[in-house]
Amino acid sequence: MAANKHTIILLVRNRPGVLTRIASLFRRRLINIESLAVGHSETPGMSRMTIGVDGENVTMDQVVKQCQKLVDVVKVVDVSSEQTVQHELAMIMVDCPPEKRAELVALTDIYKSSIVDVGPDAIIIETVGDESKVDSLIDLLAPYGIREIVRTGRVAMVRTSAAVDDGRKRFIRAIGA
Amino acid sequence: MRLSGAQIIMESLVREGVDTIFGYPGGAVLPMYHVMPEYPQLRHILVRHEQCGAHMADGYARVKGDVGVCIGTSGPGATNLVTGLCNAQMDSVPMIAITGQVARPFIGRDAFQECDITGVTLPVVKHNYLVRSAAELAPTFAEAFYLARSGRPGVVHIDIPKDVQLELAEFDYPTNVSLPWYEPKLEGNPEAIKRAAKLINEAKRPVIIAGHGVILSGAYAELRELAEKAQIPVVNTLLGISSFPGTHPLFLGMMGMHGMAWVNYGMGEADVIIGIGQRWDDRALGRFVDFAPQAKLIHIDIDPSETDKNVKITVPITGDAKTVLRQLLPHIQPAHHAEWLARIDELKREHPSLEIPNNDRLMPQHVSRALYEVTNGEAYIATGVGQHQMWQAQYFWYDHPNRLITSGGLGTMGFALPAAMGAKIAKPDAMVWAVEGDGGFQMTLQELATCVQENIPVKIAIVDNGYLGMVRQWQELFHDNRYSQVAMLGPDYVKLAEAYGIPGFRTDRVDEVEDVLRAAMAHDGPALVHFLVEAEENCYPMVPPGAALSETIKDPRLERALARV
Repeated sequence: MAANKHTIILLVRNRPGVLTRIASLFRRRLINIESLAVGHSETPGMSRMTIGVDGENVTMDQVVKQCQKLVDVVKVVDVSSEQTVQHELAMIMVDCPPEKRAELVALTDIYKSSIVDVGPDAIIIETVGDESKVDSLIDLLAPYGIREIVRTGRVAMVRTSAAVDDGRKRFIRAIGA
Repeated sequence: MRLSGAQIIMESLVREGVDTIFGYPGGAVLPMYHVMPEYPQLRHILVRHEQCGAHMADGYARVKGDVGVCIGTSGPGATNLVTGLCNAQMDSVPMIAITGQVARPFIGRDAFQECDITGVTLPVVKHNYLVRSAAELAPTFAEAFYLARSGRPGVVHIDIPKDVQLELAEFDYPTNVSLPWYEPKLEGNPEAIKRAAKLINEAKRPVIIAGHGVILSGAYAELRELAEKAQIPVVNTLLGISSFPGTHPLFLGMMGMHGMAWVNYGMGEADVIIGIGQRWDDRALGRFVDFAPQAKLIHIDIDPSETDKNVKITVPITGDAKTVLRQLLPHIQPAHHAEWLARIDELKREHPSLEIPNNDRLMPQHVSRALYEVTNGEAYIATGVGQHQMWQAQYFWYDHPNRLITSGGLGTMGFALPAAMGAKIAKPDAMVWAVEGDGGFQMTLQELATCVQENIPVKIAIVDNGYLGMVRQWQELFHDNRYSQVAMLGPDYVKLAEAYGIPGFRTDRVDEVEDVLRAAMAHDGPALVHFLVEAEENCYPMVPPGAALSETIKDPRLERALARV
């Protein structure tokens, strides 16, 4: 069966082991986690995670439901079919002899990215955007000689308009209209 | 009040109403055992193996209807518990497991008897904790007990470093636990309940599948009212047995791999199936895609993750079985379903499943039936796993609530004796029988010593066919009759019992079965009966692995007998 890309957002208690509990539900099904981003949320003591995985829809439904059963998980949503903003940050260390600097500065500008470190023969470019933007910058930098890439993995948020729509739907359901 | 961590643990157990702990001491739990004598209200049962301590806590919890508690030390004590924890978790049994851990400065240094036990138990428990300080103990215990009891019950494991047990902290037991996002929903969605009622009221051929959740929520009366009001026949999953009276005219028996043939065939004709507190398990449903092709499924369960897991549900209702049934009942119109019930009677006649095929020799089925006779069906029965378990499910009528204590989800051999011991401690006045195969009995027989030392007067029936019977049956039927490592030697069980100071009885005669059972029951204390039964008897009906319920194989001898009529 076809595997689809899924983006799952979780709000979790910030406690030791919470990552293992969640990861374990994917591991037992041999689902590889493609990307994972974790950080503090708007609520003290709670973290928000964005997990990117490839998985069959039925399986992912089960994983999400079983994530919700974990005591440390406050909320979990598969936002794959929702309107979202999804960004990641990448740092790319690329070969850059002095004669190539101008070219690479121009390229960085086009991508609205920045050069965060300059060395005698290499620079580090930092870029933020959706995965396809990061991928295409990497493709363009490849000929210059990429030394190292680090990517945060995507963080995702459901669009405010979608959230409003969803809230309105819930409200309408609640009042039985 | 400033107490040591160990004292806080004991105080917490007392606050939670615990009266029995099943445990085994060791280095990393010494501080707990040091303070235990200060708490005479906590009875400690010294087990012979931690796995059995967990099974005893499991049996105790199922019969008591409250949390069972077991203790093991760090390292091997903790790893020995794991099978028992997984068993209880898979069968939704509320339990707290306490393990000692090496002192905090030693954690992660591969210290003596160190094991990352929270890492080990994580996937097989409802929740677990590694406690970081004595101050955390009381809130951890309060949360742990709340989690074990609430929602779908389960196992909570608390790992406590030795120095935390010695550390002093202020003791103030929390009066309530706040986990707003966890709060299980007891009431079902009223709209879903109306939709379910409509389906039930319009059904021509409805069936109820009653599972363990009916027992866990104590929904016996509500289930019976629903069945009787709308004349809906009731079938059980293995763990649902004794949620509905076994001799009730609407009771059809167990479904599934060794379910009654008429039940398995009847499922294929049902138009509405109401699953209550059960999880559409593969052993109960057979091949999922072919399960009840004509039926719309209603699912009442406290755990929403069970909905749509194995089969697509038409009307899911998340909530507590008892609460939801109470909500549902006023919407149900009285019905007769005479045609459907007549059709089921016909199926019963066409596909007899409970005749004992041979009455000259001692068949394993005779033991279960005789147990019913001599105990008036009132005994609590704990079983192991395998053929004897299935016969015990088939050939005993469970008229009284919650009488079958068996390992369903994990299928743990050796469960019978320790589970029976736990059950007996929970209900000291009840008659409790452990029914176990010769293979399973040899996995946990060391607990005979615990029975004697702690005076736990359970009765033990060993159904000995000299084989790992269910594996042998599979090898016979599905592996070209090639018996590989299934013939099993055992000791002289009567002498073995006597070595432990327990009277032993033995028979291989069908006309002596009831007498030896009565003799064992007449003895004031634990007693063992060794039944030498027909060696190569198969358990029927049987749904071959991976097959649909409609492919149920019936006992070929009964088929032949029927053909002669």
